[in-house]
Amino acid sequence: MSLTTDDVKRIARLARIETSDAEAQATQTQLNSIFDLIATMQAVDTSGVSPMAHAQEVYQRLRPDVATETDRRAAFQAIAPAVENGLYLVPKVID
Amino acid sequence: MKWETVIGLEVHTQLATRSKIFSGSSTAFGAAPNTQASAVDIALPGVLPVLNKSAVECAIKFGLAIGATLNRINVFDRKNYFYPDLPKGYQISQLAKPIVEGGALTIQVGDSERTINLTRAHMEEDAGKSLHEDFHGMSGIDLNRAGTPLLEIVSEPEMRSSAEAVAYARALHTLVTWIGICDGNMQEGSFRVDANVSVRPVGQAEFGTRREIKNLNSFKFLQQAIDYEVRWQIETLEDGGRIEQATVLFDPDSGETRMMRSKEDAHDYRYFPDPDLLPVKLDEDWIEQVRATLPELPAAMQARFQSEYGVSPYDAAVLTGSRALADYFEAAAKACGQGKLAANWVMGELSAALNKADLGIEQSPVSAAHLGALIARIHDGTLSGKLAKQVFEGLWEGAGEVDAIIEARGLKQMSDSGELEKIIDEVMAANAKSVEEFRSGKEKAFNALVGQVMKASKGKANPAQVNESLRKKLTG
Repeated sequence: MSLTTDDVKRIARLARIETSDAEAQATQTQLNSIFDLIATMQAVDTSGVSPMAHAQEVYQRLRPDVATETDRRAAFQAIAPAVENGLYLVPKVID
Repeated sequence: MKWETVIGLEVHTQLATRSKIFSGSSTAFGAAPNTQASAVDIALPGVLPVLNKSAVECAIKFGLAIGATLNRINVFDRKNYFYPDLPKGYQISQLAKPIVEGGALTIQVGDSERTINLTRAHMEEDAGKSLHEDFHGMSGIDLNRAGTPLLEIVSEPEMRSSAEAVAYARALHTLVTWIGICDGNMQEGSFRVDANVSVRPVGQAEFGTRREIKNLNSFKFLQQAIDYEVRWQIETLEDGGRIEQATVLFDPDSGETRMMRSKEDAHDYRYFPDPDLLPVKLDEDWIEQVRATLPELPAAMQARFQSEYGVSPYDAAVLTGSRALADYFEAAAKACGQGKLAANWVMGELSAALNKADLGIEQSPVSAAHLGALIARIHDGTLSGKLAKQVFEGLWEGAGEVDAIIEARGLKQMSDSGELEKIIDEVMAANAKSVEEFRSGKEKAFNALVGQVMKASKGKANPAQVNESLRKKLTG
């Protein structure tokens, strides 16, 4: 499998990364070499091996259901670009 | 052409935990904006999510209650998209390995029962809230809701009418509140429904193209939105048009659905396993511990009400509409030993009075013990149905115990046969014409005389006893 420049641009757009044509082409070459690496690994027979979601065979630790956090709004909002009435203000969202 | 409707529902239920799914922030509703949004919830750099044990237990309870498969190992994924009320730029959800798969729910539509299969249910975090009022051309963001635990419950596309979809949504609502995993408050967004709707010619095997109606927060809107959408799709197709896959919103004011986004700009979420969270393991001991906390489920209780108290299937379904109602009925039925009579009173007089006063069963001024005592007095003949209604009014007003109200208001049914005989004699003397008519074969005259005796006794005579004694005197 190899990626086209359009694929790269689409991925960049989904991640909101602005890319010039030169950058897209350079990235395409790099990504394709990663895909070559994956292709090599895919030659290994993995039938009967279940896919893993994490590199270590340990499981999620759980937290008791207790509200432990206190209100730190003032501290958090001190570094926000714009706030009003306790709300964070962002450029107008139109869905 | 005859058309068939195909509906599948996705329901977001907010889990009834005290803290958020991945942080120790409170989930209490109605706090001032951003006062319940911790560093994890607002996605400051360097923070890590830690999973809430109760949220997982809620999901396990649900899986057990619908007879589903619980994935002993389940995995959280990142669903990537950009929106200001989603500070991380991704929502933590479960895609490939959800905690719950399969299961089924039985619904009642009119007199018939149907089983609807479920596809899956997975844990995820809620987003924050965007406020689009004008803040100098900007939007306001409240992240109190960000990170609130949700269980998204997905059905198979097995419903064939809006009535079935509503019945399923109601049954699901009853179940999640019954097992205590969701408060069910639809106004506050604790139970939100998305409906996937398509139509196809009757007999066609393939599904038509579906449109998804988002965020319906009442059963009434669910019904209206589906009915409108189905009509719109059929009209579009019959006019030679095509349905395009899309997400639509329902506007309650116009009663119409309108397009939110089409498939072309549908999101590409690029799901992948969240490296910040390890797979979740459910061991058998834990599952059994959770199972032990489950109450008797609505379906089991319906069956038991029928066998134990002799109520009809319909009554059993109504009485298990909520756990509080079922508990009330059972307490009243046990107190008087008269299941059917208790069912009639709970669904009749009591429900009517509660509706009128706009109260839930939990706020009933008449306790189940009092209602049971009242029914016992009907059963033992102390009260007629009519007198019982007066005692019920007394109980409603808080006038005390059943027997005290009967005594104080002189509502006891006449049990002294001598007294009754005397009234009958007087009525017969005063209504000689009716007596004559009855004796010459007019059965109707008998009813007139019974009415007169009841009236003379001020409603306290036992109607059965009046019938018997009067007939004896007239024919004897």
